[in-house]
Amino acid sequence: MTTAVPKRQKKRRDVVFPFVNGVILCVLMFVTLYPVINTVAISFNDGTDALRGGIELWPRVFSLKAYEALLTDPMIYQAFFISVSRTVITTLLNLVLTSMLAFALSRREYVLRGFITMTMVLTMYVNAGLIPNYLLISKTLKLSKTFWVYIIPTMFSCFNMIVIRTYILGLPEALVESARIDGAGDIRIFWQIIFPLCTPVLATVALFVAVGSWNQWFDTQLYNGGKKYLHTLQYLLKMKLATTTQSMNAAQTSADALKNTTQTTPVTIRCAITVVSALPILLVYPFLQRYFVTGMVLGGVKG
Amino acid sequence: MIGASPQKAPIQARKKKGFFKTLWEQKQLMLMSVPMLLYVFLFNYFPMWGWIAAFEKYNPKLGPFKSKWVGFDNFKWLFNRADFLESIRNTLAMSLINLVFGTLAAILLAILLNEVRTRAFKRTVQTVTYLPHFLSMVIVVGMAQNIFASTGTVNNLLLKTGLIDTPIFWLGEKKLFWGLVGVINIWKEVGWNSIIYISTMTSIDPTLYEAASIDGAGRFRRILHVTLPGIKSTFVVLLIMNIGHLMEAGFEIQYLMGNSQVLEYSQTIDVFVLKYGISSNEYGIATAAGMFKSIVAIILLFSANFIAKKLDEDTLI
Repeated sequence: MTTAVPKRQKKRRDVVFPFVNGVILCVLMFVTLYPVINTVAISFNDGTDALRGGIELWPRVFSLKAYEALLTDPMIYQAFFISVSRTVITTLLNLVLTSMLAFALSRREYVLRGFITMTMVLTMYVNAGLIPNYLLISKTLKLSKTFWVYIIPTMFSCFNMIVIRTYILGLPEALVESARIDGAGDIRIFWQIIFPLCTPVLATVALFVAVGSWNQWFDTQLYNGGKKYLHTLQYLLKMKLATTTQSMNAAQTSADALKNTTQTTPVTIRCAITVVSALPILLVYPFLQRYFVTGMVLGGVKG
Repeated sequence: MIGASPQKAPIQARKKKGFFKTLWEQKQLMLMSVPMLLYVFLFNYFPMWGWIAAFEKYNPKLGPFKSKWVGFDNFKWLFNRADFLESIRNTLAMSLINLVFGTLAAILLAILLNEVRTRAFKRTVQTVTYLPHFLSMVIVVGMAQNIFASTGTVNNLLLKTGLIDTPIFWLGEKKLFWGLVGVINIWKEVGWNSIIYISTMTSIDPTLYEAASIDGAGRFRRILHVTLPGIKSTFVVLLIMNIGHLMEAGFEIQYLMGNSQVLEYSQTIDVFVLKYGISSNEYGIATAAGMFKSIVAIILLFSANFIAKKLDEDTLI
């Protein structure tokens, strides 16, 4: 009899805690997803009606006008093309160059290993700053107003190199040694043996690089603001953001003015661009989740 | 025994070889690494030479050699500016808020997830909470503008529950800016930051939990005495790494969400540099401000490393 009481207590607690925990986590998921759903709802709402506010999870007056206006604008296709090109090229270059370096720095017998590793790691902490970098890229290298300013300054990241190197160091050493005995050179060992084996970690790094490149807007503003055909999707969105911030104070007065003229407003258009520019990431990322978690852990421990 | 001596011989021979001969043998490794070394020198180290502009009335047309040398005047000017001192305060305040509340939130989420027994549910929560990390700051600020608008969800909710009578203008209230940045940053990164703690927790020896249960420890005691000590070293390492980054409050969110009404509390050092350097072409002053930030960051990094080494001896024992 004496043992039965604590047992029942324990049992009850084991039901209550998981339930409360589950509720908390569900609320958290809702809070995380709410702004996304809210933005999608506003983007599908009628423009003038949206100015009244109060749209939450579902459009109040359904309208495709914002998307129509967006998709008939040739700028959006150009920007999409630039965004995709920069993301693809940057990602491919990063994968090859970073993993190549990671392989070289994973060879314990390499005499320059220590020196190069130190030089690379220091770049994670020491930075010349915005102005010297700006002067280098725009004045010395004359990359501004070109597409290459999206590619060349971001071809390498030390964090990603460390992630890949840690992974390579975890591979059996015998792979390299047996290939070497068979007469393969280092480049061949890398390209034919190590590179294909790195697929999981390369998927992680590809995700990091691709997301970083896709989400970048500041380089467009800094170097290519004057070149309309080089604008990226994120930069278009950023410009819309600036116009809505300015008009936010005047929102109430302009609401009446807009009522008679148009059914789209900066707010709905902005939300529509947000949806378009976030969509590729939302579609790709759930499939890569199991990869990037391992990558984060690899980089976090050694970095 | 017979096999040992011929194997030893080549190793010794290799060690006797000169440095350059070994280097020549490793030319393929060099081919794979030296171009990147040059790249890093060009893009990460060479620009530091531009710090010379911090001591000049820099004119890009004249270049660093012909611009007028002014010594420490740019720094003196900066430290007499109220808006520069404010930007230092804002940078430190926002990164501290981020560090303290961001870390606490991440650990809390990791603990809650660690207690979930249903795998599918755990995965779903993880997938959802990692998501905002991948959205650009432009998108996030756009969403924040919707949610915190005068007729947005937050105001509506507060009005309906009767907590306020008139809508709060969240984005135009300077006293609210730091808190808002903190909330948005936590919303964006809490899932992502919890990854490292979750993976540390899964590597805790399960027999420790069993032993604690047998000793009569309930769920909260197990969390307190097994889980938390288990993540202590990860926590310390991350804390030290983050102290090295205290001068990085980010600038995207402050730049995108700041407006003239909140400037006093929104301007970070990076935004300051951008404003003076790019918008007003005051390269000398902007470089000085950036250089100050980098130097403080380096000092913080080395002190953090120093503390880490001191602590390591204690925590490992």
